[in-house]
Amino acid sequence: MILLTRRATFSASHYYWNPDWSEEQNQVVFGRCANRNGHGHNYTLEVTVTGPVSPLSGFVVDLKWLKDVIEREVLDVYDHRHLNHEVPEFATLIPTTENIAVSIWKRLEAPVTAAGGAQLSRIRVYETGDIFAEYRGE
Amino acid sequence: MKAYFTRAYTISASHRLHTDSLSADENRTTFGKCNNPHGHGHNYRIEVTVGGQIDPATGMVINMATLDAVVHQQVVARFDHMNLNLDPLFANQVSTTENLSIAIFNLLQPALEPAILEKVRIEETENNFFEYSGAEH
Repeated sequence: MILLTRRATFSASHYYWNPDWSEEQNQVVFGRCANRNGHGHNYTLEVTVTGPVSPLSGFVVDLKWLKDVIEREVLDVYDHRHLNHEVPEFATLIPTTENIAVSIWKRLEAPVTAAGGAQLSRIRVYETGDIFAEYRGE
Repeated sequence: MKAYFTRAYTISASHRLHTDSLSADENRTTFGKCNNPHGHGHNYRIEVTVGGQIDPATGMVINMATLDAVVHQQVVARFDHMNLNLDPLFANQVSTTENLSIAIFNLLQPALEPAILEKVRIEETENNFFEYSGAEH
């Protein structure tokens, strides 16, 4: 089995807020991330798939195909958007880096599996160069 | 749903690779430039990975403020702008980055509980890095 990773970037704004909590509690837990005017990041997304190498093509997956899937399923929805206000899953889910990683997994799992040959192995989302979250479908 | 959260921290420290159990010549042969008697230093980049369920109330595996406080107390305050060889942890072992990774993992693991420390990864330079995931791995 080979692990193959494709990287992509998107820029988006967000804020952290739990509507079940008081303003004060949101400030205590989320600090500056609770500013409801939002703030933004340049996110780096790493999509890792795993599978056998096709003897015909020498590919695990066609990287151009994977790029197109990431663009259609993720970047077209997330890039240059306000995650809280414009991306459906974050209407009820706080757009932390952890939840972004899980949400991107959910967006990509079906199309990757449907293509046959490869499985989604890992989603890694960098919020900054020093902060990242991973989801491995566990 | 289990997710992993990683945050990187930077410390600058000096060290010298040397062991009293080898002769001066053997130390020079084994450790090369790293055995320079006056020591040398690095900007170490330490990645700390915590794993666990995402708390539905916060969307987080661990609050980064909590992680920052523990790492600063246990690691940054202790090692940043210090000579690693003078720390008691390295009184009886060479201050390689392998040993530093294990030492930092063992400092952080109990301090982070109930959060679960998954891995410590240290870049000594951008071309050298070391990982430790605990004794059971």
